[in-house]
Amino acid sequence: MPRLKDVCRYVRSKNAGPFWVTVDLFFDSADTYAQYHGDPAISAESIAAIYGVDKADVKRFEVKSLNMVKISYPRTTPQGGVLERDMHSGQQFVPLLELQLRRNQ
Amino acid sequence: MTADRSSSVRVLVPAGVLGWGIRADEIELGLKQAPHAIAVDAGSTDSGPAYLATGRTKYGRGSIKRDLSILMDARRRAGIPLLIGSCGTSGCDMAVDQTLEVALEIAREQGDAPRIAVIYSEQSASDLKARNAAGKVTPLAPAGPLSDTSLDACTHIVALLGPEPYMEAIKSGADIVLGGRTTDTAVLAAVPLMHGADVAASWHAAKIAECGGLCTLNPTSPGVMMSVDGAGFTIEPLSPQNRCTPETVSAHMLYENSDPFRLVEPGGVLDVMDARYVASDDRCVRVTGSRWEPKPYTMKLEGAGGGPFQTIMLVGIEDPDVLADVDSFIARMERSLRERITRTMGPDTNIDISLRPYGWNAVSGRTPSEATPPPREIGLMFVATASTQAMATEAARVCNPLFFHFPVREGNELPSYAFPFSPAEIERGQVFEFHLNHVVHISSPLELARTRWVDVSPALKTVAHA
Repeated sequence: MPRLKDVCRYVRSKNAGPFWVTVDLFFDSADTYAQYHGDPAISAESIAAIYGVDKADVKRFEVKSLNMVKISYPRTTPQGGVLERDMHSGQQFVPLLELQLRRNQ
Repeated sequence: MTADRSSSVRVLVPAGVLGWGIRADEIELGLKQAPHAIAVDAGSTDSGPAYLATGRTKYGRGSIKRDLSILMDARRRAGIPLLIGSCGTSGCDMAVDQTLEVALEIAREQGDAPRIAVIYSEQSASDLKARNAAGKVTPLAPAGPLSDTSLDACTHIVALLGPEPYMEAIKSGADIVLGGRTTDTAVLAAVPLMHGADVAASWHAAKIAECGGLCTLNPTSPGVMMSVDGAGFTIEPLSPQNRCTPETVSAHMLYENSDPFRLVEPGGVLDVMDARYVASDDRCVRVTGSRWEPKPYTMKLEGAGGGPFQTIMLVGIEDPDVLADVDSFIARMERSLRERITRTMGPDTNIDISLRPYGWNAVSGRTPSEATPPPREIGLMFVATASTQAMATEAARVCNPLFFHFPVREGNELPSYAFPFSPAEIERGQVFEFHLNHVVHISSPLELARTRWVDVSPALKTVAHA
């Protein structure tokens, strides 16, 4: 079973305004995109559990022309508050790299 | 350049942000294409709430002046309007005035007398309270309804301008428009919209060009030209060595956007779901098929204010006995520090402390898995947060002996960890916070914009050259 990082050429996260984080998963190829873009490990439900947010608030987009999946979720606290550790949310993608995927049937 | 130059409206976009480091050679190349305007964004909330809360700019005055000098010189020679959106990072009134002051200084130095329109978009809490009470303010996800408390917590509140006030200013003869907070796209779309280019293509082109060279293969070449016509637009890097490809251009819709297909703007939504991106040659991309859905006019609000204060300390730890079990060491230390604060400063101080071990889990705050090997060293950051700077610093001083000399095991000799600074504590200043995530519904795009005309006095010009 591959991990997400085995089938993506680039995974990144970034703030999308002060209240949202957006994660971009760029797959290696049209093949890996076709096989894994719908994997349960990167479903809205899975992402909600990883980042501790409500599933209903997770937005998920499949961009076939770029072989990528975009997932956006609200920050638990607005950017820049007392507890801020990652102003640009630029390191928030890291927990996704090791996710185990299973080939679509 | 493959678009039909006679029918397209061209906007020279010199960089993603004023102050970034505009390249004069790129501007010269751009001017050869006879652009209708030069337009650039100068702001963002990207770097956090401090800029809006304080009105201070992210880029230094020197960087802003250098870039603005190049653009004002180009504008004068080409005889075309120069539009700058979200002046001074936050686009609040004092940030706009700082940019105006720099522009006036440059005008005097260049012997120029441009007609400057300044468009303010800062809003008062009291006016917004009234609009909110009248049901004219609605939340954006994940926010709830707006409260007066949130408005009162802001030192500055801005409403994001659309293109209309810029269009009005240029129609009224402005050579330079210095705008308050504006959507990144509106300042770039204003001139194509004014000249009747396709509405969806104008907005889409502006979205692609908003970060300058970020939509090209080499983002360190910051300038691009957007050429909009009746059916679509073409995007081209200003540097001949740089290239746009359908991938670099379409991928820019992903950047810092929570939705890659739909972009909400004042007065409508840009929908690029069915847009087609085609290479028109080896360095330009032609885009067609975007759609614009007109909506009732709304302006997004941004507001930020000051919160508590923080004092920090840093220490480096290489001792393998500590690193063998970082989590329990830090848990014991945190307990001891809290007890010491309560004992010496009293139980009701409302002081928060946070320990963040860089090299272990400071970035995420998540507990590493059991199998994680010990780090070679950690940098441990102590953050005290209190209602005043003095209290935060007092807390740091109270914690100093334990923080720098905490025993590996209870009852052990007191070690010294590697602290780099004397005095050891650093007053970091105030924490700033965003408070608004709402839109205000208005009846006219100009309703919340205030335009002021500044004519650079020929007398000043004479004095400067006397």
